[in-house]
Amino acid sequence: MGSPQRALVVDTSHPSPAGPRRSPSGAAWSAAPYPVLVADPAGDLVDLNPAAALLLPEAVGGARLRDVAPGWISDAHERLTPRSAVAVCEAGPRAYGSVGRRTFEAHPSRTDDGSVMWWLVEDTDRRLAEAALDSERERTAFLAGASSALLSSLNLERCMDVTAHLAARHLAEAAVVLAPARGGRYPATYCRSGGEATHRQVRAVVADVPGLSEALRGFPPVPSRWIDPASIPSWLVPEDFPGPVGSAVVTPLPGHGVPAGALVLLRSGRQQAFTEHEEVFARLFAARAGAAMSAARMYAEQAAVTATLMRELLPPRLHSLHGVDFAGSYRPSAESDHVGGDFYDVHPGTDDDQETLVALGDVCGKGLEAAVLTGKIRNTLQALLPLAGDHQRLLGLLNGALISSHHTRFVTLLLASVIRRGGNVDLRITSGGHPPPLVVRTDGRIEQVATRGTLVGVFWDITSTTARVSLAPGETCLLFTDGVTEARGGPLGDEMFGQRRLETALAHCAGMPAEAVVEHVRMLAEQWAGSGRHDDMAVVAVTAPRHAHLSAVDGHTAGGYTA
Amino acid sequence: MTAVDPAGPERAGLGLVRDRMWAAVHAGDEYRALDVVLDALRSGATVETVLLDVIAALQVRVGTEWAAGRLTVAQEHAVTAIHERVIAALAHHPDHRRTPAAPAGQITVACVDGEWHALPARLLAEVLRRRGWAVDFLGAHVPTPHLIAHLHRTGPRAVALSSSFPVHLPTAHAALTACQAAGVPVLAGGAAFGADGRYARALGADAWAPDARGAAAVLDEGLVRPDPLTALQAVDHLPHLADQEYTLVVGARGRLVKETFTGLEDRFAPMRAYDDVQRQRTAEDIAHIVDHLGTALYVDDPELFTRFLTWTAGVLQARGVPAVGLDPALELLARQLRDCPRACRTLALARETLRLHLPASNDPGPGDTE
Repeated sequence: MGSPQRALVVDTSHPSPAGPRRSPSGAAWSAAPYPVLVADPAGDLVDLNPAAALLLPEAVGGARLRDVAPGWISDAHERLTPRSAVAVCEAGPRAYGSVGRRTFEAHPSRTDDGSVMWWLVEDTDRRLAEAALDSERERTAFLAGASSALLSSLNLERCMDVTAHLAARHLAEAAVVLAPARGGRYPATYCRSGGEATHRQVRAVVADVPGLSEALRGFPPVPSRWIDPASIPSWLVPEDFPGPVGSAVVTPLPGHGVPAGALVLLRSGRQQAFTEHEEVFARLFAARAGAAMSAARMYAEQAAVTATLMRELLPPRLHSLHGVDFAGSYRPSAESDHVGGDFYDVHPGTDDDQETLVALGDVCGKGLEAAVLTGKIRNTLQALLPLAGDHQRLLGLLNGALISSHHTRFVTLLLASVIRRGGNVDLRITSGGHPPPLVVRTDGRIEQVATRGTLVGVFWDITSTTARVSLAPGETCLLFTDGVTEARGGPLGDEMFGQRRLETALAHCAGMPAEAVVEHVRMLAEQWAGSGRHDDMAVVAVTAPRHAHLSAVDGHTAGGYTA
Repeated sequence: MTAVDPAGPERAGLGLVRDRMWAAVHAGDEYRALDVVLDALRSGATVETVLLDVIAALQVRVGTEWAAGRLTVAQEHAVTAIHERVIAALAHHPDHRRTPAAPAGQITVACVDGEWHALPARLLAEVLRRRGWAVDFLGAHVPTPHLIAHLHRTGPRAVALSSSFPVHLPTAHAALTACQAAGVPVLAGGAAFGADGRYARALGADAWAPDARGAAAVLDEGLVRPDPLTALQAVDHLPHLADQEYTLVVGARGRLVKETFTGLEDRFAPMRAYDDVQRQRTAEDIAHIVDHLGTALYVDDPELFTRFLTWTAGVLQARGVPAVGLDPALELLARQLRDCPRACRTLALARETLRLHLPASNDPGPGDTE
């Protein structure tokens, strides 16, 4: 921003304005509005006009140019003179520099006797305008860059890092970003110019720092303010800050109706204090940083709420229970949805002699609305667990609950009560309007379980039949929703996956662990669907373990395998 | 991202461990498999060695066994499921759990959307955990919006993105640029990115590693956060996409497969005797060819397509299917895509290579081998 004190940018591309070539003592140039100096090849000042005398009061004819004119003129003169003999008529390169607070362009031109006339053309105003334009451009670029840097992340800590980093690089020697306290601690990010941002939680009394608690509260709106460097507590200064704080500004970071935090800018004594212009600029930056930080905070809060609700709606992770292997997989229809209308649950029996109840179902509809209903149905089923010995009664009660609720949706459902007897696993399976499960025998045969029944939540009277199935070690009973068989795609793009392909795929799964069966079916169905649309898909495998445990332990427990 | 470092004096006994382990997983006996691993640990092997030099090595073997027709896809899943269980058990193995003083930082490990081979990424996640990183392993088949939401929520140091199949490269590219736009650097790994990482570079990944040890070394060194000011659009890395050939091939996938299929029936006599399953397989093979052609156009590397085809030829021969059906399929595709110069060049190069290699080709191809 300051004008160069000793600039010597030499430019040979422009010819100098035509000067008098004949006589150094013409009256024309002495009256010229530009200061003009005439110096001979030896570096002595031959002549000068009144304008030059006014500019350089010490200059008189006969003096050494070096003694009376700024160094950048005498330097340029020395560089020019050796070539005088060959290039009398040649226009020399211009030189640039300052005289006092003013800046000039010096244009040389030759006289016949080999001297050089230096025409000094003032460009102070242009240079100031250019400097102002450059700095304005730099700031605009900085703000634009800051905006895109801040917009790139919705992570609060990351936003604070970016804010501290940018502020330390462009606005001060060090910057500290404070976010509103959580549990008595303030998330704080420190950054020194050219350094890395560090993040930590500080327990501090912000009221000790003038203006800081107001800025952090965000209301009433307060301007950024200067604070006495002596009142800056040590926790507010980055550990590697060079020397004592010379000047400090506290700027609020305005959020969208919520306080986003405060920005503290620090300079050591060596650097000059903040100008008013810089303060205004810091506020512009703070507005952007505040908006980004409050957006990140709101996103984090929303994400936390969503995650909490989702956790209740997502199907559980399955593992081995009471000597039976369970595995499940769930894929909602739309990519961006985490939940949908398919669900499954496994309610373990209280001990090895009690049946474990598996429920897998499909609520009509997709997305969050369907998922909310699956949550209600799962809760109802949980409450009805004591009646799991009688599938028909359980389905009847669920049916009544659904009909009398305000939902117009219905559900198809599979219930399977599972118990291990010796090496075998026995199941009682009942369908409430749901596609019957498939059983893979050790020899690769596929059997459809003979159960059928009315869907749940539509008719007052529902009926169903319960089938009994016994699995030998290595055999699997697969419960699935129609999203699997009705997935559309395939190599030709518009075929249904279909029951037959599912059965063919399952035939290869004899003797496989439950997880592998589920993974295999899921992969084939989803690869079939490809990028095409598919309904929710849920799959649960109940498998009689092939290699018996030494003791029936839960496979997910640490050390459970060790003999 | 699997690692095999067979040479190395301290790993001399590993060949035996691998053979015993292979026998156990091949028989589907997870308890015996775990015993083999625990034995190896008792005789001084580290958990990392077991993960990378036994399990990862066997996963590679799964791929080659499958390509040679000695293993079905279902068996591949069974082996993988046992490996997963062994890894889970090792994660809790008390003797080998390292608890570093302070976590080195947070890393997200994920597979590209559509990528089912989660084991390489899982192994990396375990290795990184043991080296002190806090790891979020998102698993196989992670939709890009879920991945980005996770990054916003957790703000990790870096994302390790895994893909085994080259056909996922376009999706990987979208995921990669989205992560970078969110200010998180991406380390790419897996067979999809090429044996030398060329596709990782072409797609603008911040780093690439050939295996889990290499990935850990890259992360230890630290990755520079992408500068959001220079965040690029996907097409900036791949100016050749401007010719729209990739878009065209992907958009017309179903039609290309269908027409090639019916064309083959007319021209290739043995196909008329195919049963339903064989016809289905043929349609799937053609779909794979079209998918790989699209990917080759996406990364502008005809070699990718050629490598896939020579590998496919080997796979078909191992199953007693005449690979001579490939050339007419390519010719039919070339005819349908005659207005696409890059696609035609790619197909011509592949046909030329097939002519030279058949019937002796048995090149381990891209994809299935982790």
